[in-house]
Amino acid sequence: MRNESLAFAIALCLPAAGLAQGFAGLGTDAEGFAIPRPNPRFDFPQDHGAHPDYRIEWWYLTATLKDAEGNDYGVQWTLFRSATAPGEQDGWESPQIWMGHAGLTTARAHFSAERFARGGIGQAGVATEPFRAHIDDWHMTSHAGPDEDALDRLEVFARGEAFSYSLEFTAQGPLVSQGAQGYSVKSNDGQASYYYSQPFYQVAGILELPDGPVAVTGDGWLDREWSSQPLSEDQDGWDWVSLAFDDGHRMMGFQLRGREIFTAGTWITPDGEATPLPDGAVRFKARAHAQVAGRRVPVSWQIEWPEGNVSITTEPLNPQAWMDLSVSYWEGPLRFSGSHSGRGYLEMTGY
Amino acid sequence: MTRVALAALLSHWWRNPVQLAMLLTGLALATALWSGVQALNAEARAAYATAERLLSDGGTVRLEHPSGRFDQADFVRLRAAGWLVSPVLEGRARLGNTRVTVLGIEPLTAPAGAGAALAAEDLDGFFAGEGFAHPQTIAEIGDAPLALAPSQSVPVGTVLVDVGVAQRLLDAPGEISWLTRAERQPAGLTPLAALAPDLHEIPPQDGAELAGLTDSFHLNLTAFGLLAFAVGLFIVHSAVGLAFEQRRAMFRTLRALGLPLRLLTLCLAAEMVILALVAGLAGLGLGYLLAGALLPDVALTLRGLYGAPVPGALQFNPLWALAGMAMTLAGTALAGGQALWRLWRMPPLAPAQPRAWAHASAQGRRVQLAAAGALALAALLLTMFGEGLVAGFILLACALIAAALMVPVLLAAILALVGRVPAGPVATWFWADSAQNLPRLSLALMALMLALAANIGVGTMVASFRATFIDWLDLRLVAELNVSPRSQPEAAALQDFLDGRADAVLPMQSMDATLNGAPGQIHAMKDHATFRDNWALIDPVPDVWDRLARGEGVLVNEQLYRRAGLPPPGEARVTLPRLGEMEVLGAYPDYGNPLGQVVLTREAFSDAYPDTPIVQFALRSADPEGLRAALQDEFGLSAQQITDQAQARELSLAIFERTFVITGALNVLTLSVAAVALFAALVTLSGMRLAQLAPLWALGLTAQRLAGLELLRAVMLGALTMLIALPVGLMLAQLLLAVINVQAFGWRLPIHFFPSDWLRLAIWAGLAVLAAALWPAARLWRTGPNQLLKVFAHEK
Repeated sequence: MRNESLAFAIALCLPAAGLAQGFAGLGTDAEGFAIPRPNPRFDFPQDHGAHPDYRIEWWYLTATLKDAEGNDYGVQWTLFRSATAPGEQDGWESPQIWMGHAGLTTARAHFSAERFARGGIGQAGVATEPFRAHIDDWHMTSHAGPDEDALDRLEVFARGEAFSYSLEFTAQGPLVSQGAQGYSVKSNDGQASYYYSQPFYQVAGILELPDGPVAVTGDGWLDREWSSQPLSEDQDGWDWVSLAFDDGHRMMGFQLRGREIFTAGTWITPDGEATPLPDGAVRFKARAHAQVAGRRVPVSWQIEWPEGNVSITTEPLNPQAWMDLSVSYWEGPLRFSGSHSGRGYLEMTGY
Repeated sequence: MTRVALAALLSHWWRNPVQLAMLLTGLALATALWSGVQALNAEARAAYATAERLLSDGGTVRLEHPSGRFDQADFVRLRAAGWLVSPVLEGRARLGNTRVTVLGIEPLTAPAGAGAALAAEDLDGFFAGEGFAHPQTIAEIGDAPLALAPSQSVPVGTVLVDVGVAQRLLDAPGEISWLTRAERQPAGLTPLAALAPDLHEIPPQDGAELAGLTDSFHLNLTAFGLLAFAVGLFIVHSAVGLAFEQRRAMFRTLRALGLPLRLLTLCLAAEMVILALVAGLAGLGLGYLLAGALLPDVALTLRGLYGAPVPGALQFNPLWALAGMAMTLAGTALAGGQALWRLWRMPPLAPAQPRAWAHASAQGRRVQLAAAGALALAALLLTMFGEGLVAGFILLACALIAAALMVPVLLAAILALVGRVPAGPVATWFWADSAQNLPRLSLALMALMLALAANIGVGTMVASFRATFIDWLDLRLVAELNVSPRSQPEAAALQDFLDGRADAVLPMQSMDATLNGAPGQIHAMKDHATFRDNWALIDPVPDVWDRLARGEGVLVNEQLYRRAGLPPPGEARVTLPRLGEMEVLGAYPDYGNPLGQVVLTREAFSDAYPDTPIVQFALRSADPEGLRAALQDEFGLSAQQITDQAQARELSLAIFERTFVITGALNVLTLSVAAVALFAALVTLSGMRLAQLAPLWALGLTAQRLAGLELLRAVMLGALTMLIALPVGLMLAQLLLAVINVQAFGWRLPIHFFPSDWLRLAIWAGLAVLAAALWPAARLWRTGPNQLLKVFAHEK
């Protein structure tokens, strides 16, 4: 297999990169990069910042929102970091490459935009004190007080050609470690990442849409993840959900599609207690497909966690929530019902 | 029936292989020259397109700073305000054995243009510091200081690298040359004027910059190609006409045997298509070889004259082959159409009527004369009111066609005049017979006249240019030595060392700038007798050198001065970055430079543009060899860093000579085609002339004497044509120098006359005519009495 990292998949605009070599080149070896080890001890606020010795990293925000008339919206704000070599250097010699993705979904439309930047020159990056992640004019800036975690209060802004949004995220609960205390295993071959989340945001702000500004409120979820070879070679995509139950529980679950299906998840109580769900505990079953951007994508799922008596079906707000960017995938808000009900976000790659 | 008819028709060619060869040669040559020229043009245009795509950032707006390069922090600042801009750093640097344009881009933010040039390539090494360059550039660089990957998407002479690598190669840390602004921007951004008031928006140059500059060159080539093609068609016309004429009896027989006219016409059309395909293929092959042979010189010309990056190796393009073939078929249809039409209209048993045909041409001549007059009038009007390059070329075409149309009229008048002079019976017959046969030859003679006139005109233009250029070069290259420092500390050290040792040390500094909306250069000039004594100025103000020394204005080159519309002395203005509007004190000739140029004093230059590196010192010295040795000892300068006057002159002249190799080659080829056309016409004529010559033979002139007279006639007509071509050629030269050159290059050259060149051309033309007439004459020479007698047996 050729040594092709995410950076080159990005630069070469190869949406099909995932087919042969894992989605967006994520299924690669870790030559020279640091590798996640079990039992990490996160050190905040430093670990909210970048880890340039690891190949990839992201700051991934999603929010399910409603306006005064009860219309549903979904918002995504993501900053990806990808390194062509470990470490950081000043100026153009920096091996760090940054990519921003922004999405805004309504029942009838889906907007997306992307930004690219090189590290080392100040066009993009993540500062920890005070916390600020940015690429161009898109940013996620902390307004947390001295006693709070830096991620407890965030101002988030992004803009595309036909939309922009400006939102305040306020945490109502603690940070949650995914997997085994933040060590999230991705395959039976041992690939893993460091992974923690803030699943308890309340959100308020303004969406600028072609028809004018809309005031919205809702729930938000932040994922922080970094690693150097998160996917096994044969894994070429995943289906991932974050769910906010009406009763205050949260649940994260994903399945990685390869020669075998590998699943994992976390059950989170309203006060932030997390239970990891091992491989096979959560089951994903596609219920309905839609023709999206010329492909057949399973936009509605049956998700079951029998041990927790969870059996739900999801319905997308907009089945056409395709992020038609240099690296393309499906990402949009959903509503679920069944044993439980609530709202959430679905991400599907490699279709 | 069809097969038999076709076989009968084609058998004609087996029995007349020379005729077949002539037809095929004519068509193949016409196709070769036309398609060869087209291949050259296409290759050059493709190269421009590549360059434009990469250098003009796909037609996006540029943001430039008036002082040139600026800090990349401005890039980060504008991105942080939401503007989608991408940094570019461009500059010249010596890499390995040659100087190249280093183009640094930032691929992640670059707009589609540069991105597309890269998308096809492997980006693996790009971020790691690897560059892309055309294979030819890589070969020219040789031992490069960075890894270079070959790419056809990068223009020749350019190395495409990451902006960070470019900053290193150009020794410009943190600097960028301009920002490209993506066409589509998010809504609601703070206006650029408020964010970066220093940056000017330069509108997209819509790919016209290089194409516009080089248009004249390609128009020139196309005109030559078309001329050669037209001349080639004359050959085809003669050959087809002859073949039809000779097969008239066969047509009659075939028709009498019951072959329908429609089928006969179709058969003949099919025959022409087959011949056209065979000749067209051969012509395409020849044209490709021709273009391949000429391309290196064309590429050099374009690079030398316009800085246009054209590779020296030809690519094969199937579309080009198809277009060439279509042109051949169309040409054949044009040349053979008349013959087919006549066949279609001819009564089945009509006899040949050469006499009546000749008679009808008297009326045709009047029409021709009227057309020539109208075209000459149009040319006159264009001279007075026309403007621009295209008008110049139309003027050229009108004048040339008018002159060509006048050829038969003039020849007829001359022959009639000479015919009135009392002479012996043979001489009287000679003139009368020449006049009688003139219509048959007039097309070929017109072609010959055009070829000769083009030769004289272009030759005179090139020679005038050369004479002026050499004079100018000698005035320009007065410095005995030129020294290029490797760095600015070395430049300072050199200056200290040379003060006192050389009679004068003239530092050369320049910077790129936009002048009156077009790319140009600003040069610093030290006030020195070297310049005062040797620079001939156009329209200077009084005390120009003193005023320049006081910094009261600037000098501009002729190109820039003409682009400004030649205002009277003291009224022209040019706007310079940081200095604003400056008075133009005078203009100087600057041949071979496509760019506008401004010269100001060293002091004014240093004030306005401090830190501009000194790239060269021009040194005056009575003992250049001693100085050279001292420099080499003291500074260890390499031979390449020190050039003397003779080397510089040699180099400039070599470039000049290669510039016009293509012109010379096309001249020779066009003349050859014209000779073949004449040959074809004479062969055609000789086949029909037996009936006219037999009575003379019967009256006592030997076949040998008749053959000699035929040769003499050809040479006489050739000489007359040359006489007509001479003034036409000089007119062409004058048009090229005074109209086309001024429009195309921006400089006007005085015309010089070179009668020895004309004599040489006349001898060549005479030889070509002799060669063309030799074979028909030899045939006549060998004609036996039985053939001549047969004429009387068949007398109609």
